[in-house]
Amino acid sequence: MSDLYLNAAVGGALTGLVYGLMALGLSVIFGVVRVVNFAHGEMMTGAMYGAILLAQAFKLDPLVAMAPIAIGMFLLGYGLQRGLVNSFVQRPEHTQFMLMVAVAIILTNSQLIAFGPNARNVQVDYALDSYQFGALIIDKVRIFAAIAALAVSGALFAFFRFTLTGRAIRACADNYLGAQVVGLNVKHLYGLTFGIGAACLGAAGCLLLLLLDVTPLQGPSYTLLAFIIVIVGGMGSLTGALLSGLLVGVSEALAGVAFDPSAKSMFTFALLILVLLFRPQGLLGRRP
Amino acid sequence: MMPSKDAARGAKRRDFLKTAGAVTLGAATLGAPAIVRAQAKTLNIGLLLPKSGTLAFLGQSCQKGADIAAEVCAQLGYKVNIKLMSADFESNVDLSRARAEKLISEGAHMLVGPFDSGAAGAIAQVAEQKGVPFVINIAAAPQITEQGYKFVFRNFFTAGQLVGNGLKLMKELFVATKTQPKSAVYMHVNDTFGMANKGAIDKLYPGANLGMELKASIAYDPAARDLSVEVAKAKATGADVLMVTTRINDAILLVREMVKQRWEPMGIINPGSPGLYEQQFFATLGKYSDYCITNVAWSDPKSAVTDMAKAAWAKKFPKDPWEGNILNAGFTIEAIMICADAFQRAGSTDGKALADALRKTKIEKKIMLGGPIEFDAKGQNNNIISACLQNRSGWARVVLPSDKAERPPIFPMPGWGNRGA
Repeated sequence: MSDLYLNAAVGGALTGLVYGLMALGLSVIFGVVRVVNFAHGEMMTGAMYGAILLAQAFKLDPLVAMAPIAIGMFLLGYGLQRGLVNSFVQRPEHTQFMLMVAVAIILTNSQLIAFGPNARNVQVDYALDSYQFGALIIDKVRIFAAIAALAVSGALFAFFRFTLTGRAIRACADNYLGAQVVGLNVKHLYGLTFGIGAACLGAAGCLLLLLLDVTPLQGPSYTLLAFIIVIVGGMGSLTGALLSGLLVGVSEALAGVAFDPSAKSMFTFALLILVLLFRPQGLLGRRP
Repeated sequence: MMPSKDAARGAKRRDFLKTAGAVTLGAATLGAPAIVRAQAKTLNIGLLLPKSGTLAFLGQSCQKGADIAAEVCAQLGYKVNIKLMSADFESNVDLSRARAEKLISEGAHMLVGPFDSGAAGAIAQVAEQKGVPFVINIAAAPQITEQGYKFVFRNFFTAGQLVGNGLKLMKELFVATKTQPKSAVYMHVNDTFGMANKGAIDKLYPGANLGMELKASIAYDPAARDLSVEVAKAKATGADVLMVTTRINDAILLVREMVKQRWEPMGIINPGSPGLYEQQFFATLGKYSDYCITNVAWSDPKSAVTDMAKAAWAKKFPKDPWEGNILNAGFTIEAIMICADAFQRAGSTDGKALADALRKTKIEKKIMLGGPIEFDAKGQNNNIISACLQNRSGWARVVLPSDKAERPPIFPMPGWGNRGA
């Protein structure tokens, strides 16, 4: 029985890392721009379809497609922020909410028109391969996806900590007025931040495509999952998002083993309620 | 000038006559469509299928069957014009009711569909309220024909019949292959159909005397994105046989996960649900789709109507093999045949007349295995029988009963690594 829990926990943790990367994008955007991206999941399914198109056209493995998709998503995110979201930054939150929900609906329906409602995936040669370490069996795609998620997350952390642009973005997040006073181009930095968040989504979408099929109607469920992860980890906390993704992945897997697998997502919501009750700022979030 | 009393009275009388005339004329005009409907030569069939969403492949497969049904009916000598009015309920039970109402309001005389028990239950209520006959092509939840409905007819198994036949064939399989597994684990979808099958397994398994202990039942969401935990849990039971009640996407996820987790039971046996014999299953899983077993209704290879359907299919869908669509297409063609037959005998599109004709159905020339199509007082056809199918080299082949078998069964199945390139 312990083997079962071990396998489930490891599998859940590896999937959770990819979930964490997906939520990082949301956390980055909210932490700096202070706009909640309700089109998060829909943007990610868009990236997943992008990876499918690249696989069909150029036989590109989703792991390889990560780079062009992330660049494409960065440009899209930058353009979306500068062209649309930026004029809503100082407006009331409910206006921002309506804007992003409208974007989400447009994205879902565009994907439905373009790709239809059926599930699609990319078949890679190693899709059904697995590694065995004693009683532990881990499938190859899950390991690859988790390693790639860690690498992208590490690069993101390094960018924010060690580069001038990263520091400038953090300065904007800490003190909007102060950043303007010292002469930072806040609008451009907001655009960059939205672009970086979208690039994270692009990378996460490519990795998730290795694990799961995609349909346009899955967008809202990914948005919801990203929200849960970000709230549990702490709004705006990058480490918190990654840790929370890991926690959600493992708790879902273990709950599925210990209780009824069909009720496993219920435990994610239970985790959310517990955090909201006892640590409203999230596991690694700062008190307001 | 004031009108005289008489003039006023006369005017009233004239007004009354005008009004009465208008009412009579109006009534006659309004009545006319009923007369026209009664004499109609064209039967409008509202076809409700899940052509998108999680059941999309199955719904589209049924639709293709419907697309050749008119040709098969004509070859069988039915002298009726069939107009198909198709609607997609997007694998969403809530939408199926609205789609049924829309089809009826647009002039459907009969409803056919829907390859889903939940949707069948919802559509049956609409059909009953509107007095429009509903012929179910595929849906097994027993309660659908237990409600005392007068306009609902099912040419498919109930879950109990499906599972009962499935378990009986499993026993025959073990005898035929001289292999007796000791234990089984049951994985099933948790939708209306899956839960109906689970209920039937719980009821019938103890009396089936299969000689296998049923170690656990594991439910899962048919729209699940990942079945790794469910498969790990089933594997941990150490069962010899995996019994499944699946749809299609989940069936693919399930086998993929079994390969990844290196779980090699003696067999994967489906006692009566879709998934393992579908074209999409073969196309996606390749060699890993082989040796799975399904005990389900199948086409009669010796029937002339099967040959007609197969030829019509090959002409219309040359790139999509009939063998990957037999159950979905076969039952859908039969459902439309049933409608055409009832319409021809009723000579009317009136709902009650059609329902009365349906109750007297007896169709000998048919596609699926079993006796003639006829309905009991509840609207249920009890003459269908199952075959034991095994996937072999990318096709579902009949392996039992032995008099209909195309190949002998192979059980236990070879491991994942012993299937060549």
